[in-house]
Amino acid sequence: MTEMTFADAVREGLAEEMRRDPLVWALGEDLSTAHGGTSANQYTGLIDEFGPKRIVNTPISENTIMGAAVGAAVAGTRPVADLRMADFGMCAVDELVNQAAKIRYMFGGQARVPLVVRQAIGVRKGAAAQHSQSTEAWYVHTPGLVVVAPGTPADGRGLLKSAIRADDPVVFMEHKDLWVATGDVPDDEGVVPIGVAKTVRTGNDLTLVSWSKMARLCEEVAETLAGDGVSVEVIDLRSLWPWDTAAVYASVRKTGRLLVAQEAVQTGGFAAEVATDVTEHCFDALKTHVRRIGAPRMPVPYAEPMENEYRVTPERILARARETLAA
Amino acid sequence: MSSNLANEPARVVAMFRKMLLIRAFEEAAGEAFHAGNVRGSVHQYIGEESIAVGICENLRDDDFLTSNHRGHGHSIAKGADPRAMMLELFGRVGGTSDGKGGSMHIADFSVGMLGANGVIADGCTISVGAAQSIRLLKQDRIVVNFIGDGGINRGPFMEALNWAKVYELPVLFVCENNQIAATTTTRLVTAGEGIAKRAESFGIPAITIDGNDLFEVDSTTARVVAEIRNGGGPQLIQAMTYRLRGHFAHDPADYRDPKEVEAALGREPMVRTEAWLLENGVGVDEIAALKAEVDAEIAGYVEEAVNAPWPDGSLAFTDVQDVGAPAYPGEGR
Ligand SMILES: Cc1ncc(C[n+]2csc(CCOP(=O)(O)OP(=O)(O)O)c2C)c(N)n1
Repeated sequence: MTEMTFADAVREGLAEEMRRDPLVWALGEDLSTAHGGTSANQYTGLIDEFGPKRIVNTPISENTIMGAAVGAAVAGTRPVADLRMADFGMCAVDELVNQAAKIRYMFGGQARVPLVVRQAIGVRKGAAAQHSQSTEAWYVHTPGLVVVAPGTPADGRGLLKSAIRADDPVVFMEHKDLWVATGDVPDDEGVVPIGVAKTVRTGNDLTLVSWSKMARLCEEVAETLAGDGVSVEVIDLRSLWPWDTAAVYASVRKTGRLLVAQEAVQTGGFAAEVATDVTEHCFDALKTHVRRIGAPRMPVPYAEPMENEYRVTPERILARARETLAA
Repeated sequence: MSSNLANEPARVVAMFRKMLLIRAFEEAAGEAFHAGNVRGSVHQYIGEESIAVGICENLRDDDFLTSNHRGHGHSIAKGADPRAMMLELFGRVGGTSDGKGGSMHIADFSVGMLGANGVIADGCTISVGAAQSIRLLKQDRIVVNFIGDGGINRGPFMEALNWAKVYELPVLFVCENNQIAATTTTRLVTAGEGIAKRAESFGIPAITIDGNDLFEVDSTTARVVAEIRNGGGPQLIQAMTYRLRGHFAHDPADYRDPKEVEAALGREPMVRTEAWLLENGVGVDEIAALKAEVDAEIAGYVEEAVNAPWPDGSLAFTDVQDVGAPAYPGEGR
């Protein structure tokens, strides 16, 4: 094991895949300077190793970054397109949703679209309405796409590898706060399979399901509740589509209680999907109705007191967990 | 510098004062960012002040302006209140957006400033729409859209150019060509002979000027604005300039050749405008007094912002929408 940041681990993962497979390449804005442009060290040094044909610094042209990735994928290479913020990802929703996600199906399976699109999600202090959004549910809702949202450096590296090796278009969502978070990364290849959750803490009284940065907050909440003598099982989904129903069902059948926590706006979010699905499949095992927690249905405000009001904090998750436990 | 009948020293002094105000605001914003008082990111307009001032000096209060991520200078030049802007950067009560927006989302609709923008080139399409409203309402306003040289490679810019020309809309596109987009030299990712040629290919008259020359910006804009206001259709001004600092306050910009920056410092607009004033009878003392006055004004805004009350967190829930406004999930609000 080696301790490293999320940004470093994912960069290592990309570099390893590029060494392994000459068909893998990356494209995005501001990638090509030695220090990786304005990115959070995600591309530092890669241009030196792989050159400008495989680390492609693009114009500010989101539609074409995404569309070019689609074209490249159907023509035989494996692009990793970086749209930087999920907010700019919306500039290219058309190419991702109408093209990447549907080409294989519309054309009767003649082509696959093996691409990865990286989009950073989450509130990072004061980034405000157009640089803070968590849009994972948009893509989970889109047939044809795979969606992953790793929450640790090891999972970031391992899931990026799986995403690159997959023949489907994969949306890889990384929380901005995680870039600097550190964790142990295995020294071996460390591939993390898509669709497999990780039970990061075992417990008997409550199942807490989350993903990305929120899964780390859920671990804190479980620790706090352990102090009250409550044992909480924390599941980090890591992949949102497909998601690991088996792991969640098994846990809920054991604990009888489920709280799903997400950073995104709660209304119409992915937690609603998990809650409904578990209710449909594990109703008999539930001691109380499934609960969820997410952000209020509002744009992300700038000023700190308002941003704090928006945020899904450990305190808010804790309160909802206590409510679930008491019911 | 080119000369112009409108160059009476008093008018130039007024414009210079606005440039000083922008410079002082931007320096203060950067300091406040590093002191932890301003969050998010701060894209300073340092070294480009003559463009915003030279353009906006030729606009009416009721003309519209759309801006980008580097919008503080545009806002001040259009007449937004720097005091309210500073409060906004600090996220305090009395900010231009009540603390909801921050540095990248300054707007002041009372002076036609329809908003800075966190998404590159989205102001372009908003501009042509504003121009269509102007036409429907039979007004003689015009719309100015500021876009960077990096932004011209986004589709919305090219769609907006086409649209503006098809409907002969009263839009002035101003491309501030500082030759760099974040850390990327735009020439390396931009095909063709540049922004002016791009506009001309749509039949839009385009002129390239030295954006650091206040007088050239002023006189060009005076002519172009009059033509647009008289129904002449859209035009584009490419204002050549240089971003003297990093992309944002936390970018040391160490990827640039220091010699290039050094050379640019000799061509920067504050120095050049000041030199003109000195040559044209404005005294050293008068200029020093002007600078001191502006610095004190900005320092006062900073002082006030540091001590200003924070907005109550519950204000986050206002102004989302009329029907179906939010409540905090699970908290019954
Ligand atoms: C659609 C979109 N893509 C990417 C970004 C990230 N971004 C912010 S500023 C910037 C560079 C802009 O360069 P330019 O338009 O030349 O303006 P300048 O910063 O030089 O004033 C980029 C890529 C963004 N805000 N919006």
